[in-house]
Amino acid sequence: MSETFLRTAEVPPRAPPAAVGGPFAWVRRNLFSSLGNAATTLVVLALLALVLPPLFRFLVLDAVWTGGSGEACRPEAAGRPVGACWAFIHEKLGYLVYGSYPLAERWRPDAVFALMLLGGGWMLWLDAPRRGLGALFFFGVFPVAAYLLLAGAPALGLKPVPTGLWGGMIVTFVVSLVGIVVSLPLGILLALGRRSDLPVIRLACTLFIEFWRGVPLITVLFMANVMLPLFLPGDITIDRLLRPLVGVALFASAYMAEVVRGGLQAVPPGQAQAARALGLTELQILRFVVLPQAIKIVVPGIVNTFIGLFKDTTLVSIVGIADFIRVLESARIDPRWAAPSVPVTAYAFAALFYFAFCFGMARYAAFIERRLAAGEGAR
Amino acid sequence: MTGGKEPPAVAITGLNKWFGSHHVLRDVDLTVRRSERLVICGPSGSGKSTLIRCINGLEPYQGGRIALAGTRLDGHREAEMARLRTGMVFQSFNLFAHLTVLENCTLAPIHVRRMGRHRAEDLAMDHLTRVRIPEQARKYPGQLSGGQRQRAAIARALCMAPEIMLFDEPTSALDPEMVEEVLGTMVDLAQSGMTMLCVTHEMGFARRVADRVVFMDEGQIIEIAPTDAFFRTPRHERTRAFLGQILR
Repeated sequence: MSETFLRTAEVPPRAPPAAVGGPFAWVRRNLFSSLGNAATTLVVLALLALVLPPLFRFLVLDAVWTGGSGEACRPEAAGRPVGACWAFIHEKLGYLVYGSYPLAERWRPDAVFALMLLGGGWMLWLDAPRRGLGALFFFGVFPVAAYLLLAGAPALGLKPVPTGLWGGMIVTFVVSLVGIVVSLPLGILLALGRRSDLPVIRLACTLFIEFWRGVPLITVLFMANVMLPLFLPGDITIDRLLRPLVGVALFASAYMAEVVRGGLQAVPPGQAQAARALGLTELQILRFVVLPQAIKIVVPGIVNTFIGLFKDTTLVSIVGIADFIRVLESARIDPRWAAPSVPVTAYAFAALFYFAFCFGMARYAAFIERRLAAGEGAR
Repeated sequence: MTGGKEPPAVAITGLNKWFGSHHVLRDVDLTVRRSERLVICGPSGSGKSTLIRCINGLEPYQGGRIALAGTRLDGHREAEMARLRTGMVFQSFNLFAHLTVLENCTLAPIHVRRMGRHRAEDLAMDHLTRVRIPEQARKYPGQLSGGQRQRAAIARALCMAPEIMLFDEPTSALDPEMVEEVLGTMVDLAQSGMTMLCVTHEMGFARRVADRVVFMDEGQIIEIAPTDAFFRTPRHERTRAFLGQILR
């Protein structure tokens, strides 16, 4: 080409060259594209081959599915190698779900679970009709109904059930739901307070956040359990379940506050300025302009905090609350079910339980993120 | 300076403002008549943007007074009212990224003017049609070109029925081929009789629509002159130096 150029013939757009298709090409492109990748692929395959077959053998092939006692799960009695003792989980399931909740009253937690599914589903299904009503139900009606149902209300003919009898998944769900429902709004308030122009509010919120972040949750739970009653007048006793509940909620709020603050900082200041120039009040600016954008930015962080909170609830077992892990512990030492594989089965079940919920939360969050990204188009 | 009984749209006397120890506005006096179109120019850092942000209450100031149509702007309550008299268009658009163009336009009418949703949407569509982007109403700002975003921002400001429009370098963030569509919208607006204060480097626009041009440097007003005289016979040497650089 010479040093100057003048186009004489247009170049029409053409289709891109066809990609090489087929599974072989895919494997080559994604798994063996370089020496390093090929080596990694082989190592991973070897590890999977090492781990998966014994795991599958233990959990499924050699598993004992039925039986009335530990006898069925002992290799010498069964006459074959014995894997997971699912019969144990099957028999103890009621205890794992309800703890020591009276048998005759177990329809009440069932009702709470049903209400929770209804309200939760209503909130999580983004295109559901009347979502405003759903929010009112989930955040207003449901907590009250759940409390009345679980704790009992003699006026409504519901026999009181002391929280000492609650246990298992009920307690795990109560602690994590209260933590989630309290920590998000409280965390937002704390984050806003920490960015406030008023020095007193800013200092108070900063101190609060840094205190709870600086203390291990275990310490918080022990403090709530042992020290709180010491500070209160003798005639006031706080429910044994309520103490760690408050501790977990405040602890999670401090973390949530920092997550939300990150989102608030990521919203360009021009957004609030434009809203102010339009005459919106500071409260309206927060509600309609800044918070929706800030929350959207930190959806991954919020869900991360929720997942952490859900797993951290297992720590309440240390201060004597019969949460899922604690009832599992006491179930597995039942002498009637003494068999070598019972403890492993119990922990495998716990792992599946927590994984199912945490993975579910993570997937839902990913769906929300995709959906929000699609809504706004490319930036 | 003003003729008749009507108070001027904007009356600024002895305005002083500091950022820390930096004196950014020094003894600024400026009067803008109703329906007057004013272009404010000057080198960057001369205080032009700060001046118009003081007018709509976005920036506090430490000395002097500003009155909009006779109402003084001090105290919180008055600053709030002033914002309702002025519409602001920013260099970086500042459209609400999480709302559609239509929702951007209806947010303030619904929540500040307490207008019904349908009326607010009709009003917004009127103004989006006026800036010639009615077909973009359902899109998000991220899906628009720069010129379309700035026109949407102008429509959003117009929806609050302001008496005075303030423009803070509205075309500085735009690609060259989009400048013209935004300037065209502003010319239309000027011809409708809107009082306009526009900080801009677009001297062609100033020539076309401005009644007077204000030249600022180092926080001071250096020269105010009718547009023709400003460009033909600038009096201050700093104005001449600035124009010499910008009109080459």
